Amino acid sequence: MNYFGPGHGACPGCGFPIAIRGAIEALDGKVIAVNSTGCLEIVSSMYGRNTWGVPYIHSLFENAGAVAAGIETALKALKRDKEAHVVVFAGDGATFDIGIGTLSGMMDRDHNVIYICYDNEAYQNTGNQQSMATPPGARTTTTPVGKLQPGKIGKKKDMVEIAVAHNIPYAASASIAYPKDFQRKVKRASEFEGSKYIQVHAPCVTGWGIDGKLTVEVARLAVETGLYPLVEYEHGKLVKVRKLKQRKPVEEYLKIQRRFRHLFKHEMGKDILDQLQRIADENAEKYGLDA
Amino acid sequence: MRKVVRGFYAIAEAVRLSRPNVIAAYPITPQTEIVENLAEMYANGELGDAEYVTAESEFGAASMVLGASAAGARAFTATSSQGLLLMTEVLYNAAGMRLPIVLVVANRSVSAPLSIWNDIQDSISVRDAGIIQLYVESNQEAHDMLPLAFKVAENRDVLLPFMICVDGFKLTHAYEPVDLLDQETVDKFLPPYEPAVKLDVNSPVAMGCYAPPPYYMEFRVAMECAMERASRVMLEEFERWYELTGRNWGGHVVAENCEDAEVVVVAMGSVVALVREVVNRMREGGKKVGLLKIRTYRPFPSEDVRKALENAGKVIVIERALSIGAEPPVTADVKSAIFGLDAEVYPVVMGLGGRDIPRELVEKVIDDVMEGKVKPEKRFEGLNEFEEVIP
Repeated sequence: MNYFGPGHGACPGCGFPIAIRGAIEALDGKVIAVNSTGCLEIVSSMYGRNTWGVPYIHSLFENAGAVAAGIETALKALKRDKEAHVVVFAGDGATFDIGIGTLSGMMDRDHNVIYICYDNEAYQNTGNQQSMATPPGARTTTTPVGKLQPGKIGKKKDMVEIAVAHNIPYAASASIAYPKDFQRKVKRASEFEGSKYIQVHAPCVTGWGIDGKLTVEVARLAVETGLYPLVEYEHGKLVKVRKLKQRKPVEEYLKIQRRFRHLFKHEMGKDILDQLQRIADENAEKYGLDA
Repeated sequence: MRKVVRGFYAIAEAVRLSRPNVIAAYPITPQTEIVENLAEMYANGELGDAEYVTAESEFGAASMVLGASAAGARAFTATSSQGLLLMTEVLYNAAGMRLPIVLVVANRSVSAPLSIWNDIQDSISVRDAGIIQLYVESNQEAHDMLPLAFKVAENRDVLLPFMICVDGFKLTHAYEPVDLLDQETVDKFLPPYEPAVKLDVNSPVAMGCYAPPPYYMEFRVAMECAMERASRVMLEEFERWYELTGRNWGGHVVAENCEDAEVVVVAMGSVVALVREVVNRMREGGKKVGLLKIRTYRPFPSEDVRKALENAGKVIVIERALSIGAEPPVTADVKSAIFGLDAEVYPVVMGLGGRDIPRELVEKVIDDVMEGKVKPEKRFEGLNEFEEVIP
């Protein structure tokens, strides 16, 4: 049984199909998939070319949390709640930005839903506009690089912490570079009753400006530099962190991506590079990343 | 059982009797008491297996009933004014996805300026969404239309959302005697919901696809076809309702004293009761006046309107909403329905934002038209003298 594809239209080297397939396989296909508008939706749900092997619904950009909550409520009312896991697949734009209200409502009411955010750090479906998940310094079409601006100014919102703050039973970050770890987390999430949030880092070949064959390597470097710590919370307690034997400098991750390349030339680039290294250092301290 | 109850209770009770599976809502004046009553029923275990959820916003509430309906549940929500505007994106989506959700709109004006009082600008503003719209005159009619709304919406020839529009405060908070339905009667009329398709792991479907230019238009035109069929289905169900309860609400329109009328007043919602009283009085005084109550606003009953206005030389349309910069909305529909007939149409805008519509004003409006004192063009009645401030 193919749960996702073949036939989807994602770019060669796209990160998120690894997560989508991995998640549904981890749940043995017992999934009702709820998808917000975005890359994943566009590449998989065109009329007549559905590539989903599980029941699938797409409604709007910003309401996947509420639609999932409605489905879960209906399954409960109809006594069908043992039938399947309700799983949201939403991009970072839909999750961090426009849909955070419905996601917050879902988590506040603790609907029995696994919400998976595939984080490719910008609105990639429409050609790389910044989201609140875009890291500082990244070049997007709405944070272009110019004389006065070295890409995005600001920080990346910590959505995992926001999820934890809702007192939900399970929240975790993951990366498509560690598919086994991601699948374990999805399975673990499914063991809890209530809202679960998993954020999975998934590089975008075009938006990040990377070679399609380097997707997994780039994702791994995000983890190995401390910029994308893999953490796991159960009932608000940090229960697991992926330790790093030898944390790499952030430049190793940044220099192979076109979206950060200007930082090495721009006169304000040094400050941003320092900021990014500081973020990695703070992550290392906060989560005890260094083995 | 005949009881004197408030509108919001009559509505909540009819929702309960319709055995919804999921109710999701968000409070807003003057709708709040409807969902408060439902919340209380839920808390007391009176809603059976139904789930009641307070959402984080009307947008969330509408999205939840959308999801619930897609999963195969009978789903209900209610709102007003800003809440309806906030729901709008979801409602267009639900209609396009052909999900038969039912909602009650406790009609209220829209901001700015902020006003919690009644007119029908809110529901009128979503008339193009592909949602059936029915405007009621009384709480009895609101009560009766709920089971009917579910039945029509869920009919496989229809599968469109159904909106019952009830004037906020004027009806929702009014005490009226209402013959409350019993469960047996409603069960006889409204069978459990059997969705044509639903989200089901044993038989996976994809809902909410995207449609590029070769496909999109057919989906939208299919909604037009469904709306046309809804017109027939509604008439059949109105008839069944009459047989079952003995209450005859008529068809899409109700024409009273129209056959020989020189002037016919067209109205929707609670103002109909007032116009009827005025018309009856004027009839007693020998004036040839008629009333055309429009119940179904979408699908718009053009043929019924045309037939009712065939002999009317002059038609007054009472408007409680605007299409700023154009003909008021009901007038535009009435004019297109009677195109080619020899009738003059007088759009009269009244009662916006809860402005009172006194009986004398309606009488004056009719007299002015009868006596040829006014021209057949948009007028505002009950308007205070004011000076527009242009900074």
